[in-house]
Amino acid sequence: MKARERSLGAPAGVEPCAGQRDGCERCGGLARERFPILRRAVHGLPLVYLDSAATSQKPEQVIGAEARYYREHNANVHRGMHALAAEATDLYEQCRRRVGRFLGVTRPEQVVTLRGATAALNLAAGGLAHRLRPGDEILVTGMEHHANLVPWIALARREGLVLRHLPVTDGGELDLARLPDLLSDRTRVVALTHVSNVLGTINPVAEIAAAAHRRGALVVVDAAQSVGHLPVNFAALGADLLAFSAHKCYGPMGLGFLVGTPETLALLEPVEFGGEMIETVTMDTATWAAVPLRFEAGTPHVAAAAAFPAALDLVEEFTVERLRTHEISLTGYTWERLSALGGLTLYGPADPAARGGLVSFHDPKLHAHDLAQLLDARGVAVRAGHHCAQPLHRRLGVAATVRASFGLYNSHDDVDALIDGIRYARSVFGT
Amino acid sequence: MSTGMDDLYREVILDHHRRPRGAQALAHPDAEAAGKNPSCGDELTLQLACDGDRIREASVVTRGCAIATASGSILAELVVGRTLDEARRLADAFRAVLHEPAGELPDELAPGDLDALIGVRQFPMRVKCAVLPWITLTEAVVARNEGRVAAESTTEA
Repeated sequence: MKARERSLGAPAGVEPCAGQRDGCERCGGLARERFPILRRAVHGLPLVYLDSAATSQKPEQVIGAEARYYREHNANVHRGMHALAAEATDLYEQCRRRVGRFLGVTRPEQVVTLRGATAALNLAAGGLAHRLRPGDEILVTGMEHHANLVPWIALARREGLVLRHLPVTDGGELDLARLPDLLSDRTRVVALTHVSNVLGTINPVAEIAAAAHRRGALVVVDAAQSVGHLPVNFAALGADLLAFSAHKCYGPMGLGFLVGTPETLALLEPVEFGGEMIETVTMDTATWAAVPLRFEAGTPHVAAAAAFPAALDLVEEFTVERLRTHEISLTGYTWERLSALGGLTLYGPADPAARGGLVSFHDPKLHAHDLAQLLDARGVAVRAGHHCAQPLHRRLGVAATVRASFGLYNSHDDVDALIDGIRYARSVFGT
Repeated sequence: MSTGMDDLYREVILDHHRRPRGAQALAHPDAEAAGKNPSCGDELTLQLACDGDRIREASVVTRGCAIATASGSILAELVVGRTLDEARRLADAFRAVLHEPAGELPDELAPGDLDALIGVRQFPMRVKCAVLPWITLTEAVVARNEGRVAAESTTEA
C-alpha cells in the first residue's frame, strides 16, 4: 500500500472511520463480501461502484430474502384464508413495523408502503389537493430532485396555487435568510429535501419545519438520500410527511414509503383506487379502508417488502452512526483528492460532516458524459448528467455534472480509482 | 486505451471536438433548427444558408459532449455544397447505420470523417449524442421545404 501524506480517516471531532484497517489508516470498506455484485468485473476490470446515490447495491441477505419469498411464501396479501396468504401478509406487515421502528415511529399505521419515494411524494401532493384553494402557496427549494418538485408544479398548475422557492446560496446551502419573507399565512406546504442528491448538503430540516409550523404549513421531506446513510428520526426532523425509497438504502427496487403523523395521513385523499384500499363498495359508491391501506391500492411489491428488513438489519448491525462516519471519511478524502487534481469545480459544502456521502463536480474542459464514459472504461461507475435536478444545474450554470456517491462497501481505494480515472480521461482528451 | 475507447474517441473525433468547424453562427440563415437532448441537457443550434436548394454555408453551435460536438462539426463540413435532399439522405444513412450492428456508409455519399463516428454504435447510450445534429439537420430541411425558417427537434436515440 502506498504511503499517504496524512490520515484523512475522519475530520476533527468525528471518531475515526470504523472500517479503517489497523496500521494503514485507510478504510477497506465495510461488509464488502456480502455484496456479490462487487465481485464482478466490468470491461475486464474490477467494478468500482460509485453510484449509490442512484441506487445502492444489495447484500446477499436481501437478494436471498426476496428469492425466498417467491420460493416459500408467495401469495397475495390481506386476502385469502390459506397459509401462504397469511405468511405473505405477515411478511408485508412486518416490513411496515420494521420501517416504523427504524425511523422511531411508534405506530405502524404511520407507514404507507408504496413503490418508491416518487410514488410517496406524488401521494403527498395529490392527497393534499382537496385541502388547497387557488392562491394558496407551496414553498419548495432550489435544490429539489424532480420527484419533490414536479408533483408540486403539477398541483400548482391544476389548483391555481402559487409556487415559491427557497434559493440556494453560492456555497450550496439553502438561503435561510430568505425564509421569513417566503413563508406567509397562505403557505400550506413546505416541501424540501433532507440531503441534496447533487450538492450533498444536509438541510436543517427541523429548523425549517419549526418556522413552517408557526405559519400553519405542513412539511414534506424527501429523505431518499438520507435514510440508511445518516441518522433519521421522524419526530426529530419535525416532518409531517417523509418519503424514501428502499433501493437507495441497500434494499430492493420497487419499494418506498410515505411516513406521516396520524393527523396528516388522515387529511390525505387517496390518489390511486382499486382493490385493497376500500371498505365497502356498491355499484356507485365506495368508502375507503383505514389508513394506511387506503393508500395501497392493488397488489403491492410483497417480495420487496419481505426483503427490505434484511437491509435495515445490515444498517443496524453496523449502526447508522458508524456508516455515517465511514461516509464522512470517504467524502472528505474524495473532496481533498479532487481539489488537489485542480481544474475542477466542486459543489456544496466543503465540510464533509455537513454533507451526505456524495461529491458532484464539473471539469470545464471535459464534458460530464465523456468523463463518465472514460471512467466506465476503467471500471469506475459514476453518474453524469443533471441528476433529475435541472433547476439546480441551471443555478450552478452547467448542463451536467459528474457525481461520485458512496455506500458502506466503498473504500479509499475506490476513490483512488476515481482519481486515476480522471487523470486517464484527461490524457485521452489531451487536457 | 482499452475497452473500445479507441473506437469512440478516435483522434479525428477529438480533433473535431477541439476545433469544431462551422461553430460560428450565420448572419443570414435561410433555415435554422434547435436540437435538444433532454436526458443529458445537450443543446445545439444548426443554421443553413442556401443558394436555391444547395447549401452554401452551415453552422452548428453545440453545447454538449465531445461526440455531439464532433458530429456537429463533421456535419457542418460535409453538407456544404450538397443539395438539401442530398444532405437529408446523408443524415438518414448515418442514423440508419448507427442502429445496425455492422455495415458502413456507402462511398457514393462521400461520408468523409463521418466514418469515424460509426464506432459510436458500440456504445448505445452515446448514439443519441452522435445523431442529435443530424436529426436537427432533418428538421431544418423540413422547415426550409415548408417555407419556414425555424424548427425545433428533441431527440432520444
